[in-house]
Amino acid sequence: MINEFIYLMKHELMLCVILFSLLIMKIASNDENSGRWHLMINLLLLVNLLVGFCYNISGELFNGMFQSSELIQLEKNILNLGLLIISLQAHPYTRTHRHAPEFYILLLSSVLGMFFMLSSGHLLLFYIGLELSTIPLAALANFNLNKSASSEAGMKMIMSSAFSSAFLLMGISLMYGTTGSLSFSEITLQLTGAPLQVFAFVMLFVGFAFKLSIVPFHFWTADVYEGAPVSVAAFLSVISKSAIAFVFVTVLYSVFESMVNVWYILLFITAVLTIGIGNLFALRQENIKRFLAFSSIAQVGFILVGISGGTQESEASVIYFLLIYIFSNLGAFGVVNIVSSITSKESINDYKGFYKTNPALSWIMTISLFSLAGIPPTAGFFGKLFLLTAGASTGNYVLIAFAAINMVVSMYYYLRIVKAMFMEANEHPIQKISFSLFPSIALIICIVGILLTGFSGNLYTYIYELSIGI
Amino acid sequence: MNLHLLVIAPIVTAVFILFFKELRQVRMIALLGAGFQLIISVLLLSTFCNERAAGNTAPMLFYNSVEWFSPLGIAFTTGIDGISLSMILLSAFVVLAGVLVSWKMEKMSREFFFLLTLLSAGAYGFFISLDLFTLFFFLEIAVIPKFMLIGIWGSGRKEYSAMKLALMLMAGSAFVFLGLLGLYFSTNVGNGQHTFDFIAISRSAIPLDTQLLFFPLAFIGFGIFGALFPFHTWVPDGHSSAPTAASMFLAGISMKLGGYGCLRVATYLMPEAAHVYAPYIILLATIAIIYGAFATMMQTDLKYINAYSSVSHCGFVLLGIGMLNETAIAGAVMQMISHGLMTALFFAAIGMIYERTHTRMVAQLGGLLKVMPFISTIFIISGLCSLGLPGFSGFVAEMTVFMGSWQHTEMFYRIATILSCASIVVTAVYILRAAGKSIMGPLANEQHLSLGDATWNEKSAAVLLLSGIVVIGIAPFWLNELISPDVNGLMVNIGRTFIP
Repeated sequence: MINEFIYLMKHELMLCVILFSLLIMKIASNDENSGRWHLMINLLLLVNLLVGFCYNISGELFNGMFQSSELIQLEKNILNLGLLIISLQAHPYTRTHRHAPEFYILLLSSVLGMFFMLSSGHLLLFYIGLELSTIPLAALANFNLNKSASSEAGMKMIMSSAFSSAFLLMGISLMYGTTGSLSFSEITLQLTGAPLQVFAFVMLFVGFAFKLSIVPFHFWTADVYEGAPVSVAAFLSVISKSAIAFVFVTVLYSVFESMVNVWYILLFITAVLTIGIGNLFALRQENIKRFLAFSSIAQVGFILVGISGGTQESEASVIYFLLIYIFSNLGAFGVVNIVSSITSKESINDYKGFYKTNPALSWIMTISLFSLAGIPPTAGFFGKLFLLTAGASTGNYVLIAFAAINMVVSMYYYLRIVKAMFMEANEHPIQKISFSLFPSIALIICIVGILLTGFSGNLYTYIYELSIGI
Repeated sequence: MNLHLLVIAPIVTAVFILFFKELRQVRMIALLGAGFQLIISVLLLSTFCNERAAGNTAPMLFYNSVEWFSPLGIAFTTGIDGISLSMILLSAFVVLAGVLVSWKMEKMSREFFFLLTLLSAGAYGFFISLDLFTLFFFLEIAVIPKFMLIGIWGSGRKEYSAMKLALMLMAGSAFVFLGLLGLYFSTNVGNGQHTFDFIAISRSAIPLDTQLLFFPLAFIGFGIFGALFPFHTWVPDGHSSAPTAASMFLAGISMKLGGYGCLRVATYLMPEAAHVYAPYIILLATIAIIYGAFATMMQTDLKYINAYSSVSHCGFVLLGIGMLNETAIAGAVMQMISHGLMTALFFAAIGMIYERTHTRMVAQLGGLLKVMPFISTIFIISGLCSLGLPGFSGFVAEMTVFMGSWQHTEMFYRIATILSCASIVVTAVYILRAAGKSIMGPLANEQHLSLGDATWNEKSAAVLLLSGIVVIGIAPFWLNELISPDVNGLMVNIGRTFIP
């Protein structure tokens, strides 16, 4: 019994252990910015990642409130990997920050919330997990303590998340009212497709849409990304989004599978809007963080296309894509992070002539952008095309054609940055940047991931076997 | 023989190039890689001929299939027939020549040869793929190196051209992908699973309405690569801004990916729809031929002349495919090969002239024959080949296309054929005018007197390509013997049902 408890909750327990040891260290030591401290926290996160791979069993605890399966554990491992990369990338930033331990405590609390959300079999636990994952992020967005833009980002984040929580709670209470239960397995049985249930579902959908920054609920995204520290923006756009997307697929496929007609239409409309608007705004951005914000909105649109397929391939493709997305987006954010923390230049124009001074960083950025754009031989190509293939299984080729054409549009703005780095001249290019070991390791992980994940058919098959369709 | 070697060799070469910095080392590795590739291709040819002579009539030889993304029905399946083999040989020739003419690429030489080699890997992979997904993968691999090659090493409005080319080709890929998805979902291999396998698709009966929807997508998609009118606009800008080797690649290999795809994927896999849409294809191809020829007349830049004439010549490829009979399709394949060699040679000659005189404007050149006899001769020969002089490959290929298209007796086909034939006269006008003004005549610029003739590497590149042109021109039956059994095989499918 106790063994089962430990094995099923190993991810959560591990994070709790790290959190408590951080608290104790914060109290006990007064030199938390030494190199040793940073080495230790990253090693702890590495151990955290490795522990996640041991003893995979499935089962449930607390009367089905907490569930775990091999798929959920895989998703948690993916998030852990992203967390480790972000922690390594954040090194130049946390190194100089007064409150490095608090940064990690908030970051890990947020991840802990995501884990609970992923494992939840009950709307209440789901809601608590969601809030636990969002509120620390608002504090993190405000982590550039002497920048007003950062405070603004924190404020916008907390307001919009409160707003979306209101929708979510409304949906949850209506759902409770119509089905008489909050447990997922019970709700599934009680769904009749009554109008009030549909309304409750739409409310839940809107709640998700806020967190995933699906158009028309995306307004907070660009401002928060721009104001927040780069590592936090990276966390928001990669880890936070992946976690919500994982839950979204599971909830749609296993809880609301009988409402497939409702959510297919919702997904169709929001996918078209998200891809279209995300792309149109990304075309015009001059700030690289805002640019990445809008491009990540467009990426979510592609995920929605994949989800709309509703088959086993769809879920597998979404998870596979998100894994690739973590590598590619963190590769791009990693370069932006290094450049911005050392030179504090964040405009796309500043990147002109970047190749002359920093060839290695330019290639990393280029490969990451290619992967985001879906250009072979990078993994993003496979990820995106599998999403489209999965989405096409419904026979709705209008949606797929729209998405495919938008891949060409997105190509333009990704290539624009490549063009700036390689082809355009600049009188004052960014000087040669030398960066420390930790960010280099993070970038190497990203590049290796981008170049290898795509060719790994076995990985896809593995995810496929764990996935379910509706 | 293991066909994977054709893809692995360039990738290994490209990775090796990354470890070196000096131009001398880098170009040596690239040359060795390209030479090795040519040797493999020739060996492949001889093994292939032996197999065929021994009576192996399988449609695809050296067939090999490796599981890749099995839940999605994707496998790395390879195999070749005479048509793809001749394309592989063409690629090997052009790649080697391209490396040779870039011998003095001082600027960022490592990156240049890296991208060039990567580009060739895409082309080889495309021609050996028998799985539509991997075929598409290799088709797209070849786009981005072109963008970088043009944008970084190009001349003129290079950034604009690079972006235009990349976006148009990507739009083409998007269409192709939609077409492939349509094919994918009309297959069934049990349990509701689908497959991207080329041979499985070619054997399955695809419903006519599916074909009618997806044939235009696939054909236009590949057509954008193959300069289908009105989607040809990337060709002039892309070709003329590109550095010499990249122009050779673009015109010599990349545009052939489009023609090959139109034939192999669109027409072969969706034959019924091809019959329905054939008149439109022929109409567009005829427009491209005529329009390309007249547009060339107006050009003053040598590279633009060759680029627009490529639009015209690639029109013959699509015309041959649109005729949907054996002779015309054989002609289309021959035209792809002939045009690939000829235009690569032409671009090489133009590049050599430009490197020395720093101008490509016809008006500023003149009397080059006295100064650089070798380059001028090459220029004239490729020009004569382009206008279809007997003895060179262009004549054979165009002749075969016309013979095929004349087999149709309807008025529409006759008019299209006659108009296309007439374009050859226009070709003669612009080629002779360009050659006459820039090569013959009095010396336009006294400073050109000090310029030297071709160096050993340029000479060998030219001789390499020229040998291909002359061999096909003098002994076309060799090429014909190589491709005709397989064109015949294609016809089993293409001629399957005729919808009047």
